Amino acid sequence: MRELTFLEAIREAMVQEMRRDESVFLIGEDIGVYGGAFGVSLGMLDEFGPERVIDTPISELGIGGAITGAAMTGMRPIGEIMFMDFMTLALDQLVNQAAKLRFMFGGTTKVPFMMRAPIGSGAGAAAQHSQSLENWYVHVPGLKVVMPTTPYDAKGLLIASIRDDNPVIFFEPKLLYKKAKGPVPEELYEIPLGVADVKRKGKDVSIIATGMMVPRSLEAAEALAEEGLDIVVIDPRTLRPLDEETIVKSVMKTGRVLIVHEACKTGGYGGELAAVIAESQAFDYLDAPIVRLAGKDIPIPYNRTLEYNAVPQVENIVAEARKLAKGNV
Amino acid sequence: MSVDKNTRIDWLRQMYTGRAFEEMAEKLYALGKIHGTMHLSMGMEASAVGTIAAIKEGDYILGTHRGHTQLVAYGADLNRMMAEFMGKAAGYCRGRGGSMHIADVPGGYLGAQGIVGGNIPLSVGVGLTIRNRKTDQICVCFFGDGAANEGAFHESLNMAAIWKLPIVFVCENNQYGMSMNIKNAMAIDQISDRAASYGMPGITVDGNDVMAVYEAVGEAIKRARAGEGPSLVENNTYRWRGHSKSDANRYRTKEEIAKWMKKDPIARFQGQMIKEGVLTQAEADQIATDAKEAIESAVKFADASPEPDVSTILEGVYVE
Repeated sequence: MRELTFLEAIREAMVQEMRRDESVFLIGEDIGVYGGAFGVSLGMLDEFGPERVIDTPISELGIGGAITGAAMTGMRPIGEIMFMDFMTLALDQLVNQAAKLRFMFGGTTKVPFMMRAPIGSGAGAAAQHSQSLENWYVHVPGLKVVMPTTPYDAKGLLIASIRDDNPVIFFEPKLLYKKAKGPVPEELYEIPLGVADVKRKGKDVSIIATGMMVPRSLEAAEALAEEGLDIVVIDPRTLRPLDEETIVKSVMKTGRVLIVHEACKTGGYGGELAAVIAESQAFDYLDAPIVRLAGKDIPIPYNRTLEYNAVPQVENIVAEARKLAKGNV
Repeated sequence: MSVDKNTRIDWLRQMYTGRAFEEMAEKLYALGKIHGTMHLSMGMEASAVGTIAAIKEGDYILGTHRGHTQLVAYGADLNRMMAEFMGKAAGYCRGRGGSMHIADVPGGYLGAQGIVGGNIPLSVGVGLTIRNRKTDQICVCFFGDGAANEGAFHESLNMAAIWKLPIVFVCENNQYGMSMNIKNAMAIDQISDRAASYGMPGITVDGNDVMAVYEAVGEAIKRARAGEGPSLVENNTYRWRGHSKSDANRYRTKEEIAKWMKKDPIARFQGQMIKEGVLTQAEADQIATDAKEAIESAVKFADASPEPDVSTILEGVYVE
């Protein structure tokens, strides 16, 4: 199968859906001639024109409202926010409008949009362009939250998100855009939301990782394999709704679980994952406390070394998983 | 602009019905039949009725938290409105929305709003849908003077203007954002002056004159349908009651309220029609009585309607 980068897979999914469905359009800042800050939409303006690849002024709240209002009246818009940090400027529309309209109006409307945004640190962009606030959105009933980590998953989940009748927040780990490359089918396919993927099978420790922590956990697992440890790596892929079953089953098998995410630990998604496991039948199978490895509770610093140390790296995952496997927790 | 007698009588009926709905709302609240709060638009009826009189079937409306008369003018079913107000299962939102969120999305009334200015960005999306469909629909977006100071107002009017979207922004300026008088909230005299900064026409009208509102909004709608873009219409008016049920009216005088109550849009419009000889006092009294009876009958309907079943509490969060 031909290979695409993460970025190319996302673009292909959008292009193919826009060819298939007239109601799909892309709206965001500098997505036209510029091609988006990361080049995701490069070339799309030429094919679809300015009425379907809509460059906006710097108005994130306006983008949030535009996709909500358009979705309520029959369209399937894709809103792009340049960095997920800027989604804070659109929160009213996402939280008070999009997420609630259907429920608040007694089920008489639906808001089938998706909002895409790059997420995470590692690009030297400091505190206001590097955050991982995914859990803010997980907390809001009415929203779905997706975060793929491979080109294959990105295309299939993006297509499913466009076709979903609910507002979907779609986070793209920005370090993967050009770095992650892998096989992607040329045809359209959906990966259903709410289905986790076991990225690596094993028996000693279950690592539940999200976003950039998935490739790092896989790398850590390979390193640990040389020490004779067999590590499972599970990527939930959809944070809400969560595929609890896949996680619980794995923990019941290994008895040891390490949760890894880039977001700050306090109030992060790891707390939810830990609680889901603790409340499940897997609790009786635990041979060690549930361990969370997460970003430090600080804004992302600029300096390269400080930034590197702000979030879990491969060596940190190796160390934590090893401790857990050897019963040193 | 000439408007035939029957249409004008309809407008009067709508204003009386909106007023009767809200008088009943206060009564029900006093009786303890309503929990929560409500935002009454008494005294502002001409703004809602004159605006909605100018739209046609298929157009979209985005309402406000002070939207009972907007809904009446839109033609909402009074029974379902009252049932929603009382939190009943037969309400427009199955009791999930209440006074602040009554909506009839399938009919084009895209909902009343609890977030000041929160509906203004939605209008941009509605405008994009219409542009995509290439129909001659338009969207009327109501908001208050308070919302005109939200960032949402700025972003949305700018976006609507650059894309020439078919939206009429209707500012119901009732002089107060909760307790703050507009004189303290902005350094200009007219909100419509802001239209110039977006490159769209702006006009301020006497919002207690239903005909003046109808004409101004009608002109703006004509432009919007012709593809000439959005406009801002400011209806100058006044709310007789407090912001909500918690309001003790500490920020304004009885004299000021009394002065505005003399400008009652209903009495004024009715007086004009009687003077012109197109309506008799007896006919007017009958319209008022009919409106009250329609509301009483809506209360009966709502009273008889069941409470929402608790087993349905999770329904409607997601499309399954």
